[in-house]
Amino acid sequence: MKKNMNKNPNIKPGVSGKQDMKKIRKMVQAGEITREEARERFAKMQPSPEVAENDGKPMKGLGAPKKPQSGGMRMGPGMRGDVEKAKDFKGTLKRLIGYLKPFKLQLWLVLFLAILGTASSIVGPKILGKATTELFKGLMMRMQGVPGAVIDFEKIAVIMIWLVALYIISSIFTYLNQFVMAGVAQRTAYNMRTSLNDKLARLPLKFFDDKAHGDVLSRVTNDMDNIASTLQQSLVQLITSVVTMVGIIVMMLTISPLMTLITLITLPLSVLSTKMIATRSQKQFIKQQRTLGQLNGHVEEMYTGHRIVKAFGKEKDSIEEFEQINDELYDAGQKAQFISGIIMPVMSFINNIGYVVVTVAGGIMVTKGAIAIGDVQAFIQYSRQFTQPIAQTAQIANILQSTIASAERVFEVLDEKEEIPDNTNAVVLENPRGDVLVEHVEFGYRENDILMKDMNIDVKQGHTIAIVGPTGAGKTTLVNLLMRFYEVSKGKITVDGVDIRDMKRGDLRCIFGMVLQDTWLFNGTIHDNIAYGKEGATEEEIMKASKAAHADHFIRTLPDGYDTVLNEDASNISQGQKQLLTIARAILADPAVLILDEATSSVDTRTEAYIQHAMIEMMKVRTSFVIAHRLSTIRDADLILVMNEGDIIETGNHEELMNAKGFYADLYNSQFMGQEI
Amino acid sequence: MVKLLKKLKPFWLSVTVITLLVFFQSIAELYLPNIMSDIVDTGIVNGDTDYIIQRGLIMLAIAAGAGVFTIVASYLTSKVAVGFGKNLRKQVFKRVESYSLHEFNKIGTASLITRTTNDINQMQNVVMMILRLMIYAPVMFIGGVIMSIQKDTKLAMILVVVLPILLLVIFFIVKKGLPLFKALQKKLDKVNLVFREGLTGIRVIRAFNRTDHESKRFDGANMDLTETGIKVNRIMAIMFPVMFLIINLATIAVVWFGGHRIDAGAMQVGDLMAFIQYIMRIMFSLMMLSMMFIFIPRASASAERINEVLDMHPEINDPETVTECGSKKGYIEFKNVSFNYPGAEESALKNISFKASPGETTAIIGGTGSGKSTLVSMILRFYEVAEGQVLVDDIPVTDMTQECLRQKIGYVPQQAVLFTGSVSENIRYGKSDATNEEVVAAAETAQAAEFINEREGEYNSIIAQGGTNISGGQKQRLSIARALVRNPEVYIFDDSFSALDFKTDAKLRKALKEKTSKSTVLIVAQRVSTIMNADRIIVLDNGSINGIGTHKELLQSCDVYREIVSSQLSEEEMS
Repeated sequence: MKKNMNKNPNIKPGVSGKQDMKKIRKMVQAGEITREEARERFAKMQPSPEVAENDGKPMKGLGAPKKPQSGGMRMGPGMRGDVEKAKDFKGTLKRLIGYLKPFKLQLWLVLFLAILGTASSIVGPKILGKATTELFKGLMMRMQGVPGAVIDFEKIAVIMIWLVALYIISSIFTYLNQFVMAGVAQRTAYNMRTSLNDKLARLPLKFFDDKAHGDVLSRVTNDMDNIASTLQQSLVQLITSVVTMVGIIVMMLTISPLMTLITLITLPLSVLSTKMIATRSQKQFIKQQRTLGQLNGHVEEMYTGHRIVKAFGKEKDSIEEFEQINDELYDAGQKAQFISGIIMPVMSFINNIGYVVVTVAGGIMVTKGAIAIGDVQAFIQYSRQFTQPIAQTAQIANILQSTIASAERVFEVLDEKEEIPDNTNAVVLENPRGDVLVEHVEFGYRENDILMKDMNIDVKQGHTIAIVGPTGAGKTTLVNLLMRFYEVSKGKITVDGVDIRDMKRGDLRCIFGMVLQDTWLFNGTIHDNIAYGKEGATEEEIMKASKAAHADHFIRTLPDGYDTVLNEDASNISQGQKQLLTIARAILADPAVLILDEATSSVDTRTEAYIQHAMIEMMKVRTSFVIAHRLSTIRDADLILVMNEGDIIETGNHEELMNAKGFYADLYNSQFMGQEI
Repeated sequence: MVKLLKKLKPFWLSVTVITLLVFFQSIAELYLPNIMSDIVDTGIVNGDTDYIIQRGLIMLAIAAGAGVFTIVASYLTSKVAVGFGKNLRKQVFKRVESYSLHEFNKIGTASLITRTTNDINQMQNVVMMILRLMIYAPVMFIGGVIMSIQKDTKLAMILVVVLPILLLVIFFIVKKGLPLFKALQKKLDKVNLVFREGLTGIRVIRAFNRTDHESKRFDGANMDLTETGIKVNRIMAIMFPVMFLIINLATIAVVWFGGHRIDAGAMQVGDLMAFIQYIMRIMFSLMMLSMMFIFIPRASASAERINEVLDMHPEINDPETVTECGSKKGYIEFKNVSFNYPGAEESALKNISFKASPGETTAIIGGTGSGKSTLVSMILRFYEVAEGQVLVDDIPVTDMTQECLRQKIGYVPQQAVLFTGSVSENIRYGKSDATNEEVVAAAETAQAAEFINEREGEYNSIIAQGGTNISGGQKQRLSIARALVRNPEVYIFDDSFSALDFKTDAKLRKALKEKTSKSTVLIVAQRVSTIMNADRIIVLDNGSINGIGTHKELLQSCDVYREIVSSQLSEEEMS
């Protein structure tokens, strides 16, 4: 695709394209753009999806446990890195909730279960406290010499049985709640991913030209991942945290309002310190993220240019720059990690203060007889449990922010303008002949930037049309219009007299067979890749096509022959071999009109000659459009269209054009002038 | 993984201090319930308010001490973990920079990038986790057990029953969950792969009207991922409720049996309360450890990938005794050179011999895969020959430093690679101390001056990463300018004009001819017309020289050459 974008004639140097990192950074410093914008731009610069996959975020696995009660596990809210802010929090949230609608019933169930589960676990300490009180009471009485005083184990046993039942119920509810939520969260993510994929199928090519691959991909992967794990974990956590907080306060109040007040003394302290540290660590995390981006950029560039770095002996320079960025990253990273690491000890210190205060105050109150000993024990447990949800909600608030930002990016794609839908009364050509007529077509990739002003071509069945012209003349544009990858702004294109807008896109494209310079093969066997040209192709047809494309020989020399699996970038075969496969694919498709767009640019001339020979048979009965740099390949065309700056400036066959001594003759002769060096 | 963790050695002092600090912190935290039991047993029972307050203050002091310990430990931890990441990153990057193309291609660019960035970040996070938790949890666990035994040995028997159950549950769930977690990652990769293919192949998919097919493929992968996701989460959902249940039941048991012990006068109420808290801490430390089991397999995959990089050493190294470059300049000689790509059955180059001198142009022509690019790569010593020798200025390339060798060469690759930075920075890549005049002159010869001047900021205009903001032809011209500015002894053009249109191509060749007249020029070409007048044409076929000579000579003697020519030129052009 990138290659395609470069070929795209309307992309002018310096106008489009991405800014480099340093520049963006300068822009931020100069206040030209906001941090958010900068981050977006950085994000767009993440070209390789592999890199984008796991950008230094903590390992927030699906289902990774996240409910530690004692300090130590959580790494502080800042660990998630940069917290992004959504532009329209409410609107996006509403829309996201819309995706949960099909699971309304389950969600109510989850809510119900979460409340019950949490509630029963909250009551626990209070009841347990009663048992302790009972113990203490019997003991004190005995110490005070009350005759016949014993510990009332029967009463304690009843309390215990209640407790056991309570805890079992609580555990079951918690499990059921997670169980149901797993289905809801994963299926919601599934639905969103599906609608994203469906959406991409309906988007015009223009969208893909404008957007960087890595960017779109990162929305499907990183952003969707983010949403899925938030749904899975944070949603329930938010519910339980709130229920726990409210529940604990209620429980404490029922035991002793005064003690509750004492316990809550530490509350503002923990809220305040969480907030203070979080804001500070966020700043450092932003810095770390930025440096990390810079470092990734450098690594990527140096690795992609490895050959050049070596050839020019620049390894030392490259390492030097790397070390400089690496040092910066160390500084930022160390600070970020330290500050976020402080949260835990600070919270546990505050926690301990609360613990001591409760113990001391409770102790004094017990001596005064104002409260039972078991209640103190319950308070100790409550105060320990209380700080947890506070920190958790603070964290979830951050997570929610970034989730909504992710959702917003996903929705942005879903909101892109779609292609004009297919005509409902579409015409179907039964046996297409391949007469192509282009009438007064006007077109520009961008509004107000017209490339093609008035294009007229009349092609009859079986003709071979060569399109010639310098880079950016609009050759590929013409192909794009024929295939209806783009819509003409004026005029019309007809095939066998039918306006292509009156056909279904799928039917139209079945008439054309296209071979592009940009070879696209997928991760699968060679056999499957060729078979892509025709659904349900037989073994024989595939062999025949690959023989015609002169691909059969090289395929057979591969260790697994036709079953050789092409790897992800299809880098296990050469560029020329890739082109042969794509040609075989087009031959197999057996279309009425053949389009060859620089189809043999990476194939050597000898092989090309063989292929052409094979294709002559094909091309005799078919209309063919051939775009090529090599003039030798287009000499025999029935009609040569010479294009420049979007329009046809000369037409005719080779002799006519040579005799006219115009642009074509000029081009042709330049191929043989001063060529030797 | 363990191997990588050995790289923590330089930090041993910090790690020791961290361990000690964490140890003290855990002890302090374990000591708090002890004092609390004093408050209950002595203070409350006797109604001694002063005692309660005094003990309370001691507790506060201990808590503060623990807090300080943790903060210092956290500071050191961040230093160690991030420092570990930094060192590892540096090592990996340096190693990769030292790789020859052979090692480089073995792993692949994309994978190397991931290894240097994400995998190392992953490792850094794990080290952080280990330092924060792996020390804390065991100390807490052991300390808790000791304290509870010391409080009441008989009551501690409850642990003997509960701990094995808990361990069993953790083991069972981790065992079930781990493979699923691994599968989940794979399935996620698959979804991403299918989606990426859908993006990159959008034209082809639409052209062949296979959108539905692709949708189905995506849906399959998506469904698969979803199902595994549900499974994993449902298994993990068992973990916590069960653990909490066990812990809570253990607490109840403590109160019940403890009550009887108190009744028998063997124990005090405060001790019971402290005991409950110890048990809580023991359980939670176990839970923390169980979480590590989820993170460590992920990290060990990363560690494996990093180790692979560090274990691979470049096959090309500078010789111990270097032969200094003599006075000869621009002489290239191949003596019976053969070369095999690793794993390939057939040799890429077979028995190649030829000589080239200054002022001469040597062209290399041949079919796809005939070994043209491989041949010129040997001069740059991108790969090591299997047999024979490559000599530059009469010195075997293996006897000079790579720097000295490559200094002599101006190389223009098939695929133009530019770097982020200004146009002039990119040209200066060839010669860092080039004057402005030299830069402009090189750009002019390369026919790049015109489009550079049209750009905003001209020579200072910025090239985006990967050169995405200029066209392919412009990239090639800049990469030619970069080689020209070096003014080298030897020029190597590896099919470097493919993206140029004919007019620019012709102009460029004319300008180049003047500029390179005194140098040795090697040019890999596809089109016969561009090399007809070369001093020497080497016709490669399947890695061996099929013919060598001038255009005229080869037309007479070489069948392959004649075939190439006839496929490209018309009769009258051939002579």
